[in-house]
Amino acid sequence: MIDEDKQEKITTKIWREVPEDDNPFAAATCYFAGFDVFGDVLRNASYIDYLYLLFKHEPPTAEAAKLLEGLALALANPGLRDHSVRAAMCAAVGGSTRASALIASISVGAGNLGGGREVYTAVNYWQMCGTDLAAWEAIIKSPPQEERVDVWMPVEHAPGFDPNGVSCPKPVRQTLAYLAEISEGNSLAWLMQHREKLEAIAGAPLAMSGVAAAAMNDLSLTAEESEILFMLLRLPGAAVHALEQEKLGWRRYPFFGDGLKLMPYDQVSDED
Amino acid sequence: MPDDLQKYEDNWETSMGAWFPGEKVTLRGKDVLTELNDYRWLEYLLFSVTGRHSPRLARLIEGMWVICTSFPDPRLWNNRIAALAGTARSTGVLGSAGALAISEATIYGLKPIKGGMDFLYRISEKMHAGEKLGDLVSAEMKKYRGVYGYGRPVVDQDERVGPLLAFAQSLDAGQGPFTKLAFDVDDYLANSRYKYRINASGVVAGLLADEGIDPEQHYHLATLTFTAGVIPCFIDASKKPEGAFFPLRTSRIRYEGIEELRVWGK
Repeated sequence: MIDEDKQEKITTKIWREVPEDDNPFAAATCYFAGFDVFGDVLRNASYIDYLYLLFKHEPPTAEAAKLLEGLALALANPGLRDHSVRAAMCAAVGGSTRASALIASISVGAGNLGGGREVYTAVNYWQMCGTDLAAWEAIIKSPPQEERVDVWMPVEHAPGFDPNGVSCPKPVRQTLAYLAEISEGNSLAWLMQHREKLEAIAGAPLAMSGVAAAAMNDLSLTAEESEILFMLLRLPGAAVHALEQEKLGWRRYPFFGDGLKLMPYDQVSDED
Repeated sequence: MPDDLQKYEDNWETSMGAWFPGEKVTLRGKDVLTELNDYRWLEYLLFSVTGRHSPRLARLIEGMWVICTSFPDPRLWNNRIAALAGTARSTGVLGSAGALAISEATIYGLKPIKGGMDFLYRISEKMHAGEKLGDLVSAEMKKYRGVYGYGRPVVDQDERVGPLLAFAQSLDAGQGPFTKLAFDVDDYLANSRYKYRINASGVVAGLLADEGIDPEQHYHLATLTFTAGVIPCFIDASKKPEGAFFPLRTSRIRYEGIEELRVWGK
Protein backbone atom coordinates (compact mmCIF):
# COMPACT_ATOMS: atom_id res chain seq x y z
CA MET A 1 0.00 0.00 0.00
CA ILE A 2 1.22 3.48 -0.87
CA ASP A 3 1.38 5.94 2.00
CA GLU A 4 0.40 9.13 0.15
CA ASP A 5 1.65 11.34 2.95
CA LYS A 6 5.19 10.06 2.45
CA GLN A 7 5.32 10.57 -1.34
CA GLU A 8 7.27 13.49 -2.84
CA LYS A 9 4.89 16.24 -3.83
CA ILE A 10 4.61 19.26 -6.13
CA THR A 11 3.94 22.34 -4.01
CA THR A 12 1.40 24.88 -5.28
CA LYS A 13 -0.85 27.61 -3.99
CA ILE A 14 -3.01 27.73 -7.09
CA TRP A 15 -4.07 24.25 -8.29
CA ARG A 16 -6.00 21.72 -6.19
CA GLU A 17 -7.50 18.40 -7.23
CA VAL A 18 -9.94 15.96 -5.66
CA PRO A 19 -9.52 12.43 -7.04
CA GLU A 20 -12.20 10.29 -8.64
CA ASP A 21 -13.41 7.58 -6.27
CA ASP A 22 -12.22 4.79 -8.58
CA ASN A 23 -8.91 6.28 -9.73
CA PRO A 24 -6.35 8.25 -7.76
CA PHE A 25 -4.67 9.24 -11.05
CA ALA A 26 -7.74 11.12 -12.33
CA ALA A 27 -9.16 14.30 -10.86
CA ALA A 28 -12.89 14.57 -10.24
CA THR A 29 -12.72 18.25 -9.38
CA CYS A 30 -10.02 20.81 -10.20
CA TYR A 31 -9.78 24.11 -8.42
CA PHE A 32 -7.78 27.07 -9.62
CA ALA A 33 -7.19 29.72 -6.98
CA GLY A 34 -10.19 28.29 -5.14
CA PHE A 35 -12.59 28.24 -8.13
CA ASP A 36 -14.06 24.97 -9.43
CA VAL A 37 -12.71 25.12 -13.01
CA PHE A 38 -15.03 22.66 -14.76
CA GLY A 39 -18.03 23.03 -12.45
CA ASP A 40 -18.11 26.83 -12.26
CA VAL A 41 -15.53 28.82 -14.25
CA LEU A 42 -16.23 26.90 -17.48
CA ARG A 43 -19.88 27.92 -17.44
CA ASN A 44 -19.64 31.38 -15.95
CA ALA A 45 -16.37 33.04 -17.03
CA SER A 46 -15.02 34.08 -20.42
CA TYR A 47 -11.69 32.80 -21.71
CA ILE A 48 -10.13 36.18 -20.97
CA ASP A 49 -11.54 36.11 -17.40
CA TYR A 50 -9.95 32.71 -16.86
CA LEU A 51 -6.66 33.78 -18.45
CA TYR A 52 -6.58 36.72 -16.06
CA LEU A 53 -7.40 34.43 -13.14
CA LEU A 54 -4.57 32.08 -14.15
CA PHE A 55 -2.00 34.85 -14.02
CA LYS A 56 -3.42 36.96 -11.20
CA HIS A 57 -5.28 34.38 -9.06
CA GLU A 58 -8.20 36.78 -8.72
CA PRO A 59 -11.10 37.37 -11.13
CA PRO A 60 -10.65 40.54 -13.18
CA THR A 61 -12.72 43.66 -12.80
CA ALA A 62 -14.72 44.35 -15.93
CA GLU A 63 -12.16 47.03 -16.88
CA ALA A 64 -9.16 44.73 -16.38
CA ALA A 65 -10.81 41.98 -18.43
CA LYS A 66 -11.48 44.47 -21.20
CA LEU A 67 -7.86 45.67 -21.16
CA LEU A 68 -6.47 42.13 -21.25
CA GLU A 69 -8.86 41.25 -24.05
CA GLY A 70 -7.79 44.29 -26.06
CA LEU A 71 -4.13 43.46 -25.49
CA ALA A 72 -4.68 39.81 -26.42
CA LEU A 73 -6.44 40.80 -29.61
CA ALA A 74 -3.76 43.32 -30.58
CA LEU A 75 -1.02 40.74 -30.05
CA ALA A 76 -2.83 37.68 -31.46
CA ASN A 77 -1.37 38.06 -34.93
CA PRO A 78 1.83 40.07 -35.35
CA GLY A 79 1.44 39.61 -39.12
CA LEU A 80 3.40 37.39 -41.44
CA ARG A 81 6.47 39.62 -41.73
CA ASP A 82 7.13 39.35 -38.00
CA HIS A 83 10.21 37.25 -37.26
CA SER A 84 8.34 34.88 -34.98
CA VAL A 85 5.64 34.24 -37.58
CA ARG A 86 8.26 33.77 -40.29
CA ALA A 87 9.83 31.09 -38.11
CA ALA A 88 6.52 29.24 -37.89
CA MET A 89 6.09 29.48 -41.67
CA CYS A 90 9.61 28.07 -42.21
CA ALA A 91 8.49 25.01 -40.28
CA ALA A 92 5.31 24.80 -42.32
CA VAL A 93 6.78 25.04 -45.83
CA GLY A 94 9.29 22.28 -45.11
CA GLY A 95 6.53 19.95 -43.92
CA SER A 96 7.80 19.94 -40.35
CA THR A 97 5.63 18.99 -37.40
CA ARG A 98 3.01 21.55 -36.39
CA ALA A 99 4.39 21.62 -32.87
CA SER A 100 7.73 22.69 -34.30
CA ALA A 101 6.06 25.70 -35.94
CA LEU A 102 5.04 26.94 -32.51
CA ILE A 103 8.39 25.99 -30.95
CA ALA A 104 10.27 27.87 -33.67
CA SER A 105 7.92 30.82 -33.30
CA ILE A 106 8.59 31.06 -29.58
CA SER A 107 12.33 30.49 -30.08
CA VAL A 108 12.52 33.46 -32.42
CA GLY A 109 9.87 35.60 -30.75
CA ALA A 110 11.56 35.41 -27.37
CA GLY A 111 14.23 37.99 -27.95
CA ASN A 112 15.23 41.57 -27.40
CA LEU A 113 13.93 42.81 -30.76
CA GLY A 114 10.15 42.89 -30.53
CA GLY A 115 10.06 39.71 -28.46
CA GLY A 116 9.36 38.44 -24.98
CA ARG A 117 12.68 39.56 -23.57
CA GLU A 118 12.13 43.10 -24.75
CA VAL A 119 8.79 43.17 -22.92
CA TYR A 120 10.46 41.78 -19.80
CA THR A 121 13.04 44.57 -19.83
CA ALA A 122 10.46 47.23 -20.65
CA VAL A 123 8.19 46.19 -17.77
CA ASN A 124 11.21 46.32 -15.47
CA TYR A 125 11.80 49.87 -16.71
CA TRP A 126 8.16 50.72 -15.95
CA GLN A 127 8.61 49.43 -12.44
CA MET A 128 11.76 51.49 -12.00
CA CYS A 129 10.63 54.68 -13.73
CA GLY A 130 6.85 54.73 -13.49
CA THR A 131 5.59 57.99 -14.95
CA ASP A 132 8.77 59.97 -14.26
CA LEU A 133 10.03 61.27 -17.61
CA ALA A 134 13.44 62.20 -16.21
CA ALA A 135 13.88 58.66 -14.90
CA TRP A 136 12.98 57.26 -18.33
CA GLU A 137 15.47 59.57 -19.98
CA ALA A 138 18.18 58.48 -17.55
CA ILE A 139 17.55 54.76 -17.98
CA ILE A 140 17.23 54.94 -21.76
CA LYS A 141 20.42 57.00 -22.07
CA SER A 142 22.41 54.80 -19.72
CA PRO A 143 20.71 51.42 -19.44
CA PRO A 144 21.69 49.22 -16.49
CA GLN A 145 24.79 47.20 -17.36
CA GLU A 146 25.14 43.65 -16.10
CA GLU A 147 28.61 42.86 -14.83
CA ARG A 148 28.17 39.15 -15.40
CA VAL A 149 27.57 37.67 -18.84
CA ASP A 150 24.10 36.35 -19.62
CA VAL A 151 22.62 34.04 -22.27
CA TRP A 152 20.72 37.11 -23.49
CA MET A 153 22.63 39.62 -25.55
CA PRO A 154 22.88 43.07 -24.00
CA VAL A 155 20.11 45.50 -24.90
CA GLU A 156 20.95 47.33 -28.14
CA HIS A 157 18.00 49.73 -28.25
CA ALA A 158 15.56 51.28 -25.82
CA PRO A 159 13.17 48.44 -24.92
CA GLY A 160 9.69 48.99 -26.31
CA PHE A 161 10.95 51.07 -29.22
CA ASP A 162 11.77 49.98 -32.77
CA PRO A 163 15.41 50.59 -33.75
CA ASN A 164 14.43 50.15 -37.41
CA GLY A 165 11.38 52.40 -37.21
CA VAL A 166 10.94 55.86 -38.72
CA SER A 167 7.68 57.13 -37.26
CA CYS A 168 5.33 55.29 -34.94
CA PRO A 169 3.24 52.98 -37.17
CA LYS A 170 -0.51 53.40 -37.18
CA PRO A 171 -1.39 49.99 -35.67
CA VAL A 172 0.85 50.82 -32.69
CA ARG A 173 -0.82 54.23 -32.29
CA GLN A 174 -4.29 52.71 -32.69
CA THR A 175 -3.57 50.05 -30.10
CA LEU A 176 -2.08 52.55 -27.67
CA ALA A 177 -5.06 54.90 -28.10
CA TYR A 178 -7.61 52.16 -27.54
CA LEU A 179 -5.88 50.51 -24.61
CA ALA A 180 -5.18 53.89 -22.96
CA GLU A 181 -8.87 54.69 -23.33
CA ILE A 182 -10.02 51.54 -21.50
CA SER A 183 -7.21 51.12 -18.96
CA GLU A 184 -7.74 52.04 -15.34
CA GLY A 185 -4.00 52.23 -14.78
CA ASN A 186 -1.92 55.28 -15.64
CA SER A 187 0.95 53.76 -17.64
CA LEU A 188 -0.87 53.63 -20.98
CA ALA A 189 -2.38 57.10 -20.53
CA TRP A 190 1.01 58.52 -19.59
CA LEU A 191 2.67 56.77 -22.54
CA MET A 192 -0.01 58.17 -24.83
CA GLN A 193 0.70 61.65 -23.50
CA HIS A 194 4.50 61.40 -23.58
CA ARG A 195 5.06 59.10 -26.55
CA GLU A 196 6.75 61.66 -28.74
CA LYS A 197 9.06 62.87 -25.98
CA LEU A 198 10.05 59.29 -25.17
CA GLU A 199 10.59 58.56 -28.85
CA ALA A 200 12.90 61.55 -29.09
CA ILE A 201 14.88 60.29 -26.10
CA ALA A 202 14.98 56.73 -27.46
CA GLY A 203 15.82 57.91 -30.96
CA ALA A 204 13.25 55.41 -32.22
CA PRO A 205 9.48 55.18 -32.49
CA LEU A 206 7.33 53.27 -30.04
CA ALA A 207 6.84 49.61 -30.95
CA MET A 208 4.01 47.18 -30.19
CA SER A 209 6.22 45.60 -27.51
CA GLY A 210 6.29 49.00 -25.77
CA VAL A 211 2.50 49.28 -25.80
CA ALA A 212 2.24 45.72 -24.50
CA ALA A 213 4.67 46.48 -21.67
CA ALA A 214 2.65 49.53 -20.59
CA ALA A 215 -0.58 47.53 -20.72
CA MET A 216 0.97 44.76 -18.70
CA ASN A 217 2.18 47.26 -16.15
CA ASP A 218 -1.35 48.63 -15.93
CA LEU A 219 -2.53 45.06 -15.31
CA SER A 220 0.06 44.88 -12.48
CA LEU A 221 1.78 41.94 -14.12
CA THR A 222 5.39 41.32 -13.13
CA ALA A 223 8.14 41.44 -15.75
CA GLU A 224 8.32 37.64 -15.68
CA GLU A 225 4.56 37.25 -16.13
CA SER A 226 4.59 39.85 -18.90
CA GLU A 227 7.41 38.13 -20.80
CA ILE A 228 5.70 34.74 -20.84
CA LEU A 229 2.18 36.09 -21.50
CA PHE A 230 3.46 38.17 -24.43
CA MET A 231 4.93 35.07 -26.08
CA LEU A 232 1.77 33.09 -25.40
CA LEU A 233 -0.59 35.72 -26.79
CA ARG A 234 1.27 36.00 -30.10
CA LEU A 235 0.98 32.31 -31.00
CA PRO A 236 -2.41 32.31 -32.80
CA GLY A 237 -0.98 34.30 -35.72
CA ALA A 238 2.01 32.00 -35.99
CA ALA A 239 -0.35 29.04 -36.04
CA VAL A 240 -2.69 30.24 -38.79
CA HIS A 241 0.06 31.58 -41.06
CA ALA A 242 1.91 28.28 -40.66
CA LEU A 243 -1.22 26.33 -41.59
CA GLU A 244 -1.73 28.45 -44.71
CA GLN A 245 1.89 28.19 -45.87
CA GLU A 246 1.91 24.46 -45.19
CA LYS A 247 -0.69 24.10 -47.95
CA LEU A 248 1.13 26.44 -50.34
CA GLY A 249 4.51 24.74 -49.83
CA TRP A 250 8.14 25.74 -50.15
CA ARG A 251 7.98 26.55 -53.85
CA ARG A 252 5.78 29.58 -53.12
CA TYR A 253 7.78 30.87 -50.15
CA PRO A 254 10.80 33.21 -50.47
CA PHE A 255 14.11 31.37 -50.50
CA PHE A 256 16.17 34.52 -51.19
CA GLY A 257 18.01 32.54 -53.85
CA ASP A 258 19.89 35.61 -55.09
CA GLY A 259 19.96 37.36 -51.72
CA LEU A 260 23.02 35.71 -50.23
CA LYS A 261 26.46 36.89 -51.28
CA LEU A 262 29.36 34.80 -50.07
CA MET A 263 32.24 36.99 -48.90
CA PRO A 264 35.88 35.90 -48.38
CA TYR A 265 36.64 34.53 -44.92
CA ASP A 266 40.09 35.34 -43.60
CA GLN A 267 39.97 34.47 -39.94
CA VAL A 268 40.70 30.73 -40.12
CA SER A 269 42.81 29.60 -37.22
CA ASP A 270 44.54 26.26 -37.88
CA GLU A 271 46.00 25.40 -34.53
CA ASP A 272 47.35 21.85 -34.84
CA MET B 1 -7.16 1.86 -10.28
CA PRO B 2 -5.12 1.76 -13.54
CA ASP B 3 -2.73 -1.19 -13.14
CA ASP B 4 0.12 0.20 -15.22
CA LEU B 5 0.19 3.54 -13.43
CA GLN B 6 0.02 1.85 -10.05
CA LYS B 7 2.82 -0.56 -10.96
CA TYR B 8 5.07 2.28 -12.12
CA GLU B 9 4.26 4.73 -9.36
CA ASP B 10 7.59 5.75 -7.78
CA ASN B 11 9.03 2.73 -9.57
CA TRP B 12 11.00 3.30 -12.78
CA GLU B 13 12.92 0.10 -13.51
CA THR B 14 15.61 0.73 -16.07
CA SER B 15 18.75 -0.89 -17.37
CA MET B 16 19.44 2.14 -19.59
CA GLY B 17 21.34 4.23 -17.12
CA ALA B 18 21.37 6.43 -14.07
CA TRP B 19 23.33 8.99 -12.11
CA PHE B 20 24.37 8.19 -8.55
CA PRO B 21 25.31 11.62 -7.22
CA GLY B 22 28.90 11.87 -6.05
CA GLU B 23 29.52 8.24 -6.97
CA LYS B 24 29.01 7.04 -10.54
CA VAL B 25 27.07 7.25 -13.79
CA THR B 26 26.02 4.23 -15.83
CA LEU B 27 24.86 3.84 -19.42
CA ARG B 28 23.63 0.49 -20.73
CA GLY B 29 25.49 -1.39 -18.01
CA LYS B 30 28.80 0.46 -18.39
CA ASP B 31 30.35 2.86 -15.92
CA VAL B 32 30.58 6.14 -17.81
CA LEU B 33 33.47 7.51 -15.75
CA THR B 34 35.68 4.41 -15.86
CA GLU B 35 34.57 2.32 -18.84
CA LEU B 36 33.31 4.87 -21.37
CA ASN B 37 35.54 7.80 -20.46
CA ASP B 38 37.82 7.31 -23.47
CA TYR B 39 34.98 7.21 -26.00
CA ARG B 40 34.78 9.94 -28.57
CA TRP B 41 31.46 11.77 -28.34
CA LEU B 42 29.96 10.09 -31.42
CA GLU B 43 31.05 6.69 -30.11
CA TYR B 44 29.21 7.55 -26.91
CA LEU B 45 26.12 8.67 -28.85
CA LEU B 46 26.17 5.49 -30.95
CA PHE B 47 26.47 3.43 -27.77
CA SER B 48 23.68 5.36 -26.07
CA VAL B 49 21.29 4.85 -28.99
CA THR B 50 22.18 1.29 -30.02
CA GLY B 51 24.29 -0.28 -27.26
CA ARG B 52 26.99 -0.93 -29.86
CA HIS B 53 30.59 0.13 -29.48
CA SER B 54 32.22 0.67 -32.85
CA PRO B 55 34.75 3.46 -33.38
CA ARG B 56 34.62 2.72 -37.11
CA LEU B 57 30.85 3.09 -37.34
CA ALA B 58 30.94 6.19 -35.13
CA ARG B 59 33.56 7.70 -37.46
CA LEU B 60 31.39 6.85 -40.47
CA ILE B 61 28.40 8.61 -38.89
CA GLU B 62 30.54 11.58 -37.89
CA GLY B 63 31.73 11.97 -41.49
CA MET B 64 28.14 11.78 -42.70
CA TRP B 65 27.23 14.65 -40.37
CA VAL B 66 30.02 16.81 -41.78
CA ILE B 67 29.46 15.99 -45.42
CA CYS B 68 25.66 15.81 -45.51
CA THR B 69 23.96 17.85 -42.85
CA SER B 70 26.08 20.70 -41.56
CA PHE B 71 25.54 23.24 -44.33
CA PRO B 72 25.68 26.70 -42.74
CA ASP B 73 23.40 28.43 -45.23
CA PRO B 74 20.90 30.64 -43.37
CA ARG B 75 18.31 30.24 -46.13
CA LEU B 76 17.87 26.53 -45.41
CA TRP B 77 14.70 26.18 -43.41
CA ASN B 78 16.04 24.89 -40.14
CA ASN B 79 19.12 27.11 -40.26
CA ARG B 80 16.81 30.02 -40.98
CA ILE B 81 15.21 29.62 -37.54
CA ALA B 82 18.61 30.18 -35.96
CA ALA B 83 19.29 33.18 -38.21
CA LEU B 84 15.88 34.66 -37.37
CA ALA B 85 16.56 34.05 -33.67
CA GLY B 86 19.90 35.85 -34.03
CA THR B 87 18.42 38.79 -35.88
CA ALA B 88 15.57 39.10 -33.33
CA ARG B 89 18.13 38.84 -30.51
CA SER B 90 16.84 35.66 -28.96
CA THR B 91 19.35 33.25 -27.40
CA GLY B 92 21.61 30.82 -29.24
CA VAL B 93 20.10 27.79 -27.58
CA LEU B 94 16.54 28.92 -28.33
CA GLY B 95 17.55 29.41 -31.97
CA SER B 96 19.16 25.96 -32.10
CA ALA B 97 16.21 24.37 -30.32
CA GLY B 98 13.76 25.88 -32.82
CA ALA B 99 15.96 24.73 -35.70
CA LEU B 100 16.19 21.26 -34.17
CA ALA B 101 12.42 21.08 -33.74
CA ILE B 102 11.69 21.92 -37.37
CA SER B 103 14.36 19.48 -38.62
CA GLU B 104 11.67 16.81 -38.49
CA ALA B 105 10.63 18.01 -41.93
CA THR B 106 9.20 16.28 -44.99
CA ILE B 107 11.25 17.83 -47.80
CA TYR B 108 14.52 17.38 -45.87
CA GLY B 109 15.64 16.26 -42.45
CA LEU B 110 14.35 13.57 -40.19
CA LYS B 111 11.37 12.27 -42.19
CA PRO B 112 13.49 11.45 -45.27
CA ILE B 113 16.29 10.24 -43.02
CA LYS B 114 14.05 7.75 -41.23
CA GLY B 115 11.79 7.10 -44.21
CA GLY B 116 14.64 6.46 -46.67
CA MET B 117 15.99 3.64 -44.58
CA ASP B 118 12.52 2.25 -43.91
CA PHE B 119 11.94 2.19 -47.67
CA LEU B 120 15.08 0.12 -48.30
CA TYR B 121 14.16 -2.39 -45.59
CA ARG B 122 10.59 -2.68 -46.90
CA ILE B 123 11.47 -3.26 -50.55
CA SER B 124 14.35 -5.54 -49.64
CA GLU B 125 11.98 -7.79 -47.73
CA LYS B 126 9.51 -7.84 -50.60
CA MET B 127 12.27 -8.56 -53.12
CA HIS B 128 13.33 -11.53 -51.03
CA ALA B 129 9.74 -12.69 -51.35
CA GLY B 130 10.11 -12.52 -55.13
CA GLU B 131 8.74 -9.08 -56.03
CA LYS B 132 10.51 -6.95 -58.63
CA LEU B 133 12.38 -3.74 -57.79
CA GLY B 134 10.74 -1.78 -60.61
CA ASP B 135 7.24 -2.74 -59.52
CA LEU B 136 7.98 -1.84 -55.91
CA VAL B 137 9.48 1.55 -56.71
CA SER B 138 6.67 2.41 -59.10
CA ALA B 139 4.09 1.41 -56.51
CA GLU B 140 5.81 3.60 -53.91
CA MET B 141 5.89 6.54 -56.33
CA LYS B 142 2.20 6.11 -57.16
CA LYS B 143 1.13 5.73 -53.55
CA TYR B 144 3.25 8.50 -51.97
CA ARG B 145 4.13 10.70 -54.98
CA GLY B 146 7.79 10.35 -54.02
CA VAL B 147 10.37 8.05 -52.48
CA TYR B 148 12.29 9.24 -49.44
CA GLY B 149 15.99 9.32 -50.29
CA TYR B 150 15.46 10.28 -53.93
CA GLY B 151 14.97 13.62 -55.65
CA ARG B 152 15.88 16.97 -54.18
CA PRO B 153 14.31 20.39 -53.85
CA VAL B 154 16.05 23.23 -55.76
CA VAL B 155 18.49 21.08 -57.80
CA ASP B 156 18.46 17.60 -59.36
CA GLN B 157 21.99 16.45 -58.61
CA ASP B 158 23.12 16.03 -55.02
CA GLU B 159 26.68 17.27 -54.64
CA ARG B 160 27.09 15.28 -51.42
CA VAL B 161 26.79 11.82 -52.94
CA GLY B 162 30.31 11.60 -54.40
CA PRO B 163 32.22 12.84 -51.33
CA LEU B 164 30.01 10.70 -49.09
CA LEU B 165 30.78 7.51 -51.05
CA ALA B 166 34.48 8.31 -51.14
CA PHE B 167 34.52 8.81 -47.39
CA ALA B 168 32.52 5.61 -46.80
CA GLN B 169 34.95 3.63 -48.95
CA SER B 170 37.87 4.93 -46.89
CA LEU B 171 36.23 3.11 -43.96
CA ASP B 172 35.49 -0.03 -45.98
CA ALA B 173 31.80 0.80 -46.13
CA GLY B 174 29.61 1.00 -49.22
CA GLN B 175 29.95 -2.55 -50.51
CA GLY B 176 26.90 -4.04 -48.80
CA PRO B 177 23.54 -5.13 -50.23
CA PHE B 178 21.54 -2.15 -48.95
CA THR B 179 23.91 0.35 -50.55
CA LYS B 180 23.70 -1.64 -53.77
CA LEU B 181 19.92 -1.68 -53.48
CA ALA B 182 19.88 2.09 -52.91
CA PHE B 183 21.79 2.62 -56.16
CA ASP B 184 19.68 0.06 -58.04
CA VAL B 185 16.68 2.21 -57.12
CA ASP B 186 18.63 5.27 -58.30
CA ASP B 187 19.25 3.56 -61.64
CA TYR B 188 15.62 2.65 -61.99
CA LEU B 189 14.34 6.13 -61.12
CA ALA B 190 16.93 7.94 -63.28
CA ASN B 191 15.74 5.95 -66.28
CA SER B 192 12.07 6.29 -65.45
CA ARG B 193 9.79 9.17 -66.34
CA TYR B 194 10.36 10.57 -62.83
CA LYS B 195 14.07 11.28 -63.47
CA TYR B 196 14.74 11.35 -59.74
CA ARG B 197 18.29 10.74 -58.55
CA ILE B 198 19.49 9.44 -55.24
CA ASN B 199 20.20 12.09 -52.61
CA ALA B 200 22.48 11.98 -49.59
CA SER B 201 19.81 10.63 -47.26
CA GLY B 202 19.29 7.69 -49.64
CA VAL B 203 23.00 6.89 -49.69
CA VAL B 204 23.31 7.26 -45.91
CA ALA B 205 20.30 4.98 -45.46
CA GLY B 206 21.96 2.26 -47.56
CA LEU B 207 25.34 2.66 -45.88
CA LEU B 208 23.96 2.48 -42.35
CA ALA B 209 21.46 -0.29 -43.11
CA ASP B 210 24.51 -2.28 -44.22
CA GLU B 211 25.97 -1.60 -40.78
CA GLY B 212 22.88 -3.11 -39.13
CA ILE B 213 21.29 0.17 -38.08
CA ASP B 214 17.47 0.14 -38.16
CA PRO B 215 15.23 3.14 -38.99
CA GLU B 216 14.41 3.89 -35.36
CA GLN B 217 18.11 3.95 -34.40
CA HIS B 218 18.93 5.94 -37.54
CA TYR B 219 16.34 8.54 -36.54
CA HIS B 220 17.64 8.92 -33.00
CA LEU B 221 21.28 9.02 -34.14
CA ALA B 222 20.41 11.85 -36.54
CA THR B 223 18.69 14.05 -33.95
CA LEU B 224 21.53 16.56 -33.68
CA THR B 225 22.93 16.04 -37.15
CA PHE B 226 22.21 19.60 -38.36
CA THR B 227 23.51 21.41 -35.30
CA ALA B 228 27.00 22.34 -36.52
CA GLY B 229 25.43 24.09 -39.52
CA VAL B 230 22.75 25.79 -37.47
CA ILE B 231 24.89 27.55 -34.85
CA PRO B 232 27.03 29.61 -37.28
CA CYS B 233 23.82 31.00 -38.79
CA PHE B 234 22.80 32.31 -35.37
CA ILE B 235 26.26 33.77 -34.71
CA ASP B 236 26.35 35.50 -38.09
CA ALA B 237 22.91 37.10 -37.70
CA SER B 238 23.59 38.11 -34.11
CA LYS B 239 26.69 40.07 -35.23
CA LYS B 240 24.77 42.06 -37.83
CA PRO B 241 22.31 44.86 -36.98
CA GLU B 242 19.05 43.96 -35.27
CA GLY B 243 16.42 42.82 -37.73
CA ALA B 244 18.85 42.80 -40.66
CA PHE B 245 18.28 39.18 -41.74
CA PHE B 246 16.34 39.37 -45.02
CA PRO B 247 13.98 42.15 -43.91
CA LEU B 248 10.64 42.18 -45.73
CA ARG B 249 8.85 45.33 -46.83
CA THR B 250 5.05 45.18 -46.93
CA SER B 251 5.06 44.77 -50.71
CA ARG B 252 6.63 41.33 -50.22
CA ILE B 253 3.14 40.12 -49.32
CA ARG B 254 1.34 38.84 -52.42
CA TYR B 255 -2.25 39.15 -51.26
CA GLU B 256 -4.73 36.88 -53.04
CA GLY B 257 -7.67 37.18 -50.62
CA ILE B 258 -10.84 39.25 -50.38
CA GLU B 259 -10.35 42.78 -51.73
CA GLU B 260 -13.46 44.48 -50.38
CA LEU B 261 -13.43 46.02 -46.90
CA ARG B 262 -15.52 44.02 -44.46
CA VAL B 263 -16.80 45.73 -41.32
CA TRP B 264 -17.13 43.81 -38.06
CA GLY B 265 -20.72 43.20 -37.00
CA LYS B 266 -22.18 44.49 -40.28
